[in-house]
Amino acid sequence: MIEIKGVTKYFGNNTAVQDISLNIAERENLILLGTSGCGKTTTLKMINRLIEPDSGTISISGKNIAEQNSELLRRSIGYVMQNTGLFPHYTIEQNIAVVPKLLKWDSKKTNSRIEELIEKLSLPQICLKQFPHQLSGGQQQRVGLARALVTDPPVLLMDEPFGALDNVTRASIQAEFKALEELKRKTIVMVTHYVQEAFELGDRISLMDKGIIVQTGTPKELLYNPANDFVKEFLDGQRLALEFKVTTIKDVWSYLPNGNAASDQEKINDEYSIWSTLELLKSTKNKTLRVESIHGECKTVDFTAITSAFSNYQNNNSHE
Amino acid sequence: MNEQQQTLWQFMAEQQDKLLTQTLQHVGLTFISLLIAIAIGLPLGIFIARKRSFSGSVLAIAGVLQTIPSIALLGFMIPLLGIGAKPAIVALLIYALLPIIRNTFTGITGVDNHVTEAAKALGMSKWHVLLHVELPLAMPVILAGIRTATVINVGVATLASYIAAGGLGEFIFGGISLNNSNMILAGAIPAALLAIILDALLAVIQKISFKKLRVVLYAFPIIIIVLGCFYIIPKTNTSKLTAGFTPEFMGRQDGDLGLRSVYGLKIHTTVISDAVMYKAAYAKELDVISGYSTDGRLKAFDLKIVEDDKKIFPPYYAAPIVRQSSLKKFPGLEYALNLLAGKINDSVMTDLNYKTDYLHQTPEKVAKDFLLKTGLYKASRNGNAGVVKIGSKIFGEQYILAEMYSILIKGNTDYGVETKTGLGGTKICFDALTNNQIDLYPEYTGTGLLVLLQPNKDIINQVTQDKDKTYTYVNNQFQLQFGIKWLKPIGFNNSYALMMRRKQMHELNIVTITDLKNYIDKD
Ligand SMILES: Nc1ncnc2c1ncn2[C@@H]1O[C@H](COP(=O)(O)OP(=O)(O)O)[C@@H](O)[C@H]1O
Ligand SMILES: [Mg+2]
Repeated sequence: MIEIKGVTKYFGNNTAVQDISLNIAERENLILLGTSGCGKTTTLKMINRLIEPDSGTISISGKNIAEQNSELLRRSIGYVMQNTGLFPHYTIEQNIAVVPKLLKWDSKKTNSRIEELIEKLSLPQICLKQFPHQLSGGQQQRVGLARALVTDPPVLLMDEPFGALDNVTRASIQAEFKALEELKRKTIVMVTHYVQEAFELGDRISLMDKGIIVQTGTPKELLYNPANDFVKEFLDGQRLALEFKVTTIKDVWSYLPNGNAASDQEKINDEYSIWSTLELLKSTKNKTLRVESIHGECKTVDFTAITSAFSNYQNNNSHE
Repeated sequence: MNEQQQTLWQFMAEQQDKLLTQTLQHVGLTFISLLIAIAIGLPLGIFIARKRSFSGSVLAIAGVLQTIPSIALLGFMIPLLGIGAKPAIVALLIYALLPIIRNTFTGITGVDNHVTEAAKALGMSKWHVLLHVELPLAMPVILAGIRTATVINVGVATLASYIAAGGLGEFIFGGISLNNSNMILAGAIPAALLAIILDALLAVIQKISFKKLRVVLYAFPIIIIVLGCFYIIPKTNTSKLTAGFTPEFMGRQDGDLGLRSVYGLKIHTTVISDAVMYKAAYAKELDVISGYSTDGRLKAFDLKIVEDDKKIFPPYYAAPIVRQSSLKKFPGLEYALNLLAGKINDSVMTDLNYKTDYLHQTPEKVAKDFLLKTGLYKASRNGNAGVVKIGSKIFGEQYILAEMYSILIKGNTDYGVETKTGLGGTKICFDALTNNQIDLYPEYTGTGLLVLLQPNKDIINQVTQDKDKTYTYVNNQFQLQFGIKWLKPIGFNNSYALMMRRKQMHELNIVTITDLKNYIDKD
């Protein structure tokens, strides 16, 4: 879907991005991960031509973007940024309606689409007539997302979309984000410097350092097959949490005790990661959960069962 | 009616037509220039916000323009644009430019980067971003700049009367010259009110919320244009000849009023400053001006005096006027000052003035050369028995006289001298004298009589018949009322005079003011 070939960008003498190549598949959620200043934003902005590369080509759906009208191109790509970039002098409604207006949609179509979106993003109806400064940070970020999604563009670029939010809000918006049906149809490139966020949301992750991509791969690949010491060290600090995130119930199924299932317990499927199962366990009553495999088999688990299954799994599958 | 007893209110009521015209002219001048300044400044501000590398030089140039003294700027305009509305508007717009350019620049560059970037990222064109995002967000700052410019313009527009562009300055400067407080206030109060009201109005507009912004954006230019039109409407002129009179001349019995009542002269008249009047006559912007008979520019610009055949201009013999207390404090001062008595006649004074005004010799040199030639020069004794302070009004002849007195005092007494030249008009000089800021300055008998003493009409008629009578009367009254003595007259009579281009007078066969009146009344 998005093809980046040998792209380089200089700012004066400073090489912001050097000879980057990357293919992003349709409906893929690719994360650009790296410390501040490594060139993530620059890479992202070259995809909608907010920044023009010095060399290399970028094409979307096989068409070189350099040959397209940049304004028309941008209208077909959603863009969400950390500071929301909402227009302070526009109401929320007007903010969301910017691109439909540029595309000369009739107002009925625009309005019904806005209604649909604010419901999906659980924004209150009254906020439509309000101005951005009257909304909370989390709400503003949702409006930013609604503005990017309103015309249902196939590609979505997101630059640290949750970066400005406090931890609690971030976690809840991330969860909504994962659950949002609209987003599953889209090709998304998201920038973040939070490793856990990358592992939580990414199908694949490109880890960047000083303008180059060090490794691109699934979270599991990065964790268990790091391309070099840089990747390994980058992840080491949060290794356990990341392992919890990339390992699913399905992976450790055989290490879980066969438990008798009481019917009133909450039931989850085996796609859940160890991390989110543990998160869920924290909030369920009597600290147990029922998990179900794709074959319809059920097991009851608690904290100890999960963690010991996980360590047994780790010991028997030495990835290194 | 005796003007001194008139209240401000009476004066304003009596002069309401003039007051209204001047106020409308003032508003008109302010807003026409403001409109043009916005038309130039706004795009320029936007341009330098886009191309930052130009911002330094553009703002620097606008800043330098703003520091040019307003009178000087008006002076520069005359050779280029003549007199009247055009140069005044250009000068005003130059002053209004800096705040508008600067605030547009600051306003636009101050818009949150993330917002403009988001606008771009959504696929807005540059124009769209400018019109729908940057300008609306910068508008409060831009309006603040316009507000500053408006207030500056209301102030500077008072100076428009120097170059025959009208406005409330006519009253203000006329009042200063004529020592008429009511007249000053009749101009100054409306000008101040205008500034305050416009400032408050713009403050309100500035605070209007984003929702109503659109209305403001459309209404604002319309309001400005309508106000600007005030200036154009009262301007219709069909007369054959145009006169330019100083604000002082306009308000005087021995000036415009006398021309009308005694001669019945009905000429289209504009108000203009003395500083630019002669040049304007030379440049054929004006045909008739109210000059001074010894002015060097008479010679420089080849102008000729139109004879005052009905004698409405009283004598203006120059003499030093000195506080009597100073004469006591500095024995020998009177002797030194009187050395010049009777030494300079009209044509000599005109020639001396010509040397400073046109040949640009310094007053010091002109004074010294003259004293050397007449054998009055003595080298300074460098005495330190005290310091005599000499004042002068703000024109060449007074500078020369002040210099001559300075040399004479230093050469003939043991006193030092401090000259305070350029003390504005009569009122400022005279106030400086009565308040012990200076010991003496050169004054004219006519001015002493009509501006400073202001006796009733009968006395004026009596004493202006004869130059000696005038002198005796002012000297007696000054000693009595102010403790100030008129020393012996220097010799020349620098009275008011109507002047025209020599060539035009010849062509039209005009010699006297009566001829002039007849020519204008013809058909
Ligand atoms: N507009 C710009 N002008 C000059 N240098 C820039 C500009 N944008 C980014 N850079 C530089 O390029 C490098 C990469 O920046 P960026 O892509 O913003 O990093 P990241 O998003 O990973 O924090 C940094 O060194 C940054 O200072
Ligand atoms: Mg960044």
